[in-house]
Amino acid sequence: MSKYTEDDLREELKTKEYEYGFYTDIESETFPNGINEDIVRAISKKKEEPQWMTDWRLEAFKVWKDMTEPDWANVNYKKPDFQGISYYSAPNSKPKYDSIDEVDPELLATFEKLGISLDEQKKLAGVAMDVVIDSVSVATTFKKTLGEKGIIFMSISEAIREHPELVKKHLGTVVPQKDNFYAALNSAVFSDGSFCYIPKGVRCPMELSTYFRINQAGTGQFERTLVIADEGSYVSYLEGCTAPSRDENQLHAAVVELIALDDAEIKYSTVQNWYPGNAEGKGGVYNFVTKRGLCEKNAKISWTQIETGSAVTWKYPSCILKGDNSVGEFYSIAVTNNYQQADTGTKMIHLGKNTKSTIISKGISAGKSQNSYRGLVQINSRAENARNFSQCDSLLMGNECGAHTFPYIEAKNKSAKIEHEATTSKIGEDQIFYCNQRGIDTEKAIALIVNGFSKEVLNKLPMEFAVEAQKLLEISLEGSVG
Amino acid sequence: MDLKEKLVSSFLVFEDQAEVDSYVHDVRNDAIKIFEEKGFPSKKEEAWKYTSLNKILKEDYSVFPKQENALEYRDVKKYFIHDIDTYKIVFIDGKYSSHLSETTHDGMDVCLMSAALSKPKYRLVIENYFNKAATKDSLPSLNTAFSKEGAYIHIPKNKLVEKPIQIIHLSTGNESATLLQPRNLIVVDENSHVQIIERHQSLTDNAVLTNSVTEIFANKRAIVDYYKIQNDNANASLIDNTFIKQKRESVASVHTFAFGGKLIRNNLNFYQEGERIDSILKGVTIIGNKQHVDHNTLVHHIEPNCESHQDYKGIYNENSTGVFNGKIIVEKEAQKTNAFQSNNNILVSDKATINTKPQLEIFADDVKCSHGCTIGQLDEDAMFYMRSRGIPEKEAKALLMYAFSNNVLSSVKIREMKQRITKIIANKLGVNIGFDL
Repeated sequence: MSKYTEDDLREELKTKEYEYGFYTDIESETFPNGINEDIVRAISKKKEEPQWMTDWRLEAFKVWKDMTEPDWANVNYKKPDFQGISYYSAPNSKPKYDSIDEVDPELLATFEKLGISLDEQKKLAGVAMDVVIDSVSVATTFKKTLGEKGIIFMSISEAIREHPELVKKHLGTVVPQKDNFYAALNSAVFSDGSFCYIPKGVRCPMELSTYFRINQAGTGQFERTLVIADEGSYVSYLEGCTAPSRDENQLHAAVVELIALDDAEIKYSTVQNWYPGNAEGKGGVYNFVTKRGLCEKNAKISWTQIETGSAVTWKYPSCILKGDNSVGEFYSIAVTNNYQQADTGTKMIHLGKNTKSTIISKGISAGKSQNSYRGLVQINSRAENARNFSQCDSLLMGNECGAHTFPYIEAKNKSAKIEHEATTSKIGEDQIFYCNQRGIDTEKAIALIVNGFSKEVLNKLPMEFAVEAQKLLEISLEGSVG
Repeated sequence: MDLKEKLVSSFLVFEDQAEVDSYVHDVRNDAIKIFEEKGFPSKKEEAWKYTSLNKILKEDYSVFPKQENALEYRDVKKYFIHDIDTYKIVFIDGKYSSHLSETTHDGMDVCLMSAALSKPKYRLVIENYFNKAATKDSLPSLNTAFSKEGAYIHIPKNKLVEKPIQIIHLSTGNESATLLQPRNLIVVDENSHVQIIERHQSLTDNAVLTNSVTEIFANKRAIVDYYKIQNDNANASLIDNTFIKQKRESVASVHTFAFGGKLIRNNLNFYQEGERIDSILKGVTIIGNKQHVDHNTLVHHIEPNCESHQDYKGIYNENSTGVFNGKIIVEKEAQKTNAFQSNNNILVSDKATINTKPQLEIFADDVKCSHGCTIGQLDEDAMFYMRSRGIPEKEAKALLMYAFSNNVLSSVKIREMKQRITKIIANKLGVNIGFDL
């Protein structure tokens, strides 16, 4: 890691820009507030979807109508008014600002610290671009490489039109429409998302990412992602953005489905940094996400997540280990500051024989925030020799925050081996003293210690993400030293 | 008429008969209202997610068991720790049995709840302590509403109680199904020390459901050792609610040995209301054959510089189910808390199930809290080592399981009690070896 400096990163970000870009038609149009069958139909029509898709959405809507919002999570927030939201708002192509000088200086300072290039900054802040970067050619080469391998990577609306057989076969198989309140809502009204298919035996040559997508700023509240790795294939998928996203949408309810067929491997990394609200806890995004992966024989799914944003996070990336010898992994860092609340964790459902799962969760709470780990490890009666290792560590900064652990462990097979351990601690005064003594100021020292604390998870991130994530941790905790 | 309605309507009759002063009367009336409102807990409640009462509530329980059955000491001797001298408070079908008991008023009170509730000289203690630790959940409230009989133990200042106290509930079950609701109050004043052993035993094949509440108050620097032996027959169910309030520098420990019964639910709550308190919760569970044991613990750290230690071991045979739900709450003020929790389980059979949920809620930053939880098997290398030295498989297994639970046994302070438990374990594991002898 030492060879890779911040400058390298900045350089890379400059040159890499729009590498993975694709573009969806942008029309500035917003539907009236509220949800009913007509709205669902209209969204489907807008997306030029076939009849089966419309029916699928309507089915989800019917189920959703009778569901109630879950309130078991360890978070407190004002319930969103579901009739007060517009369910289709095409990404707005109009720039918010005319020049970068108008942008909130605080935001720019953050960009600066993250080492994001000027052009990228403008795009993220919604400034009109005066320099047009020729992204088309880059995107074309990129698509060509993927095309040669037979990899399909496109937005889900495109996929519904171009590869209906694949979508129809897999959509909703891992997260059914009626799975939970938010998944049902998402199924009914999802605006867009990504679709990815890796054919048999193909190793995807690059990290697939939604990071640099041009319309990132308006990806919409209801994203739907479907990744299918066919037999023996491998893919690493990155989602999210380290730069803070100032989004007006208060409610985000995304669904991510991963399907790893026999011998396939999917690595899914997320960096979430939605607007967490201001220091008094006003505003901020509600992030209610359903993420789940299905492993067939010898398959492996690995979730890595860095959660630093959102006022309320409610997210449990899960693995269903259906096939024998399949492996599920979950690595997470959740940072909460000010009034943020996070209730996050994972579910590992062991169904097949010799299945293994690993859970490493690091929670860091500062300010007046509440950080919870909630996890389930379930060993089915037929899951011989299942193995699980879980570790949840919490770091508390200041005496006004809270860290909570709710691990559920259910074993129905005698050959299961399960270990769970959790610790809670604060940054030791002796550790800080040690650093101070060596000329490292307290803020830097804390960054150093936090980094060490989260190393196990940071190491699992793809290289270019890891460096940024490290910086992000520092920024998220800035000013939390009392 | 379901059980809830039956209970609510029999409360009226009960309240008419009970001769109590107005304080307890009010407490009871409030409690029945809470129960009426909440009803029996269902699986929908988070705390009852893994334990369903539906089956056992179907029986037609008689709420007020009829006349007591006379029992001879020699018939029930085996349920006592009989090889040492102890105080004994014995109940048969919820009624006090004077000829089996040995109580005292000599410098302390080891006597009956019914006396304490009705006699004016206990009034102050009752008003200060009765129902002050129990939660307002439905089952403790139900018990409060019908609270009448049980053990009342009050140890005054600076007293070392030399003999352990045994509280034994026997049920003979003339009725087809009996509901018992014993209510115990234990107050240990400054610098005093007491050891208590509690046992519920059914002597009949008829169904027995016990909904017991024990409130324990450990005042300044008091030491309380409490042992629960739960080794009942297959038709007896027990819901045991124990609430312990500790004042500063006190030490309270509860050992729970759950070896049998149809369904056992232990709600064990510790509240630390002072500095430098130590709370110890330990348990061994060895069950089989359709049995269900649920340990639900809470340690509430309210003040700084306190400690808690939890160690629960479980061995599950046949189609038994084990639940462990351990909750530790550390309040904002409770800095320098040291809370430790460990739950280890062995599933012996493929049909056995274990659900465990070690839960931490921490609001203070300068604390050391850790919890560990494992589900595993016996070490094959260790088995091989013993087998290769001529120890039969069954004995080798038993030795390993005994070693597994020894952590908990080693902190039992009454020697005879430890021997008794060891015997029960040997019996449970189907071997005839004197472990630690």
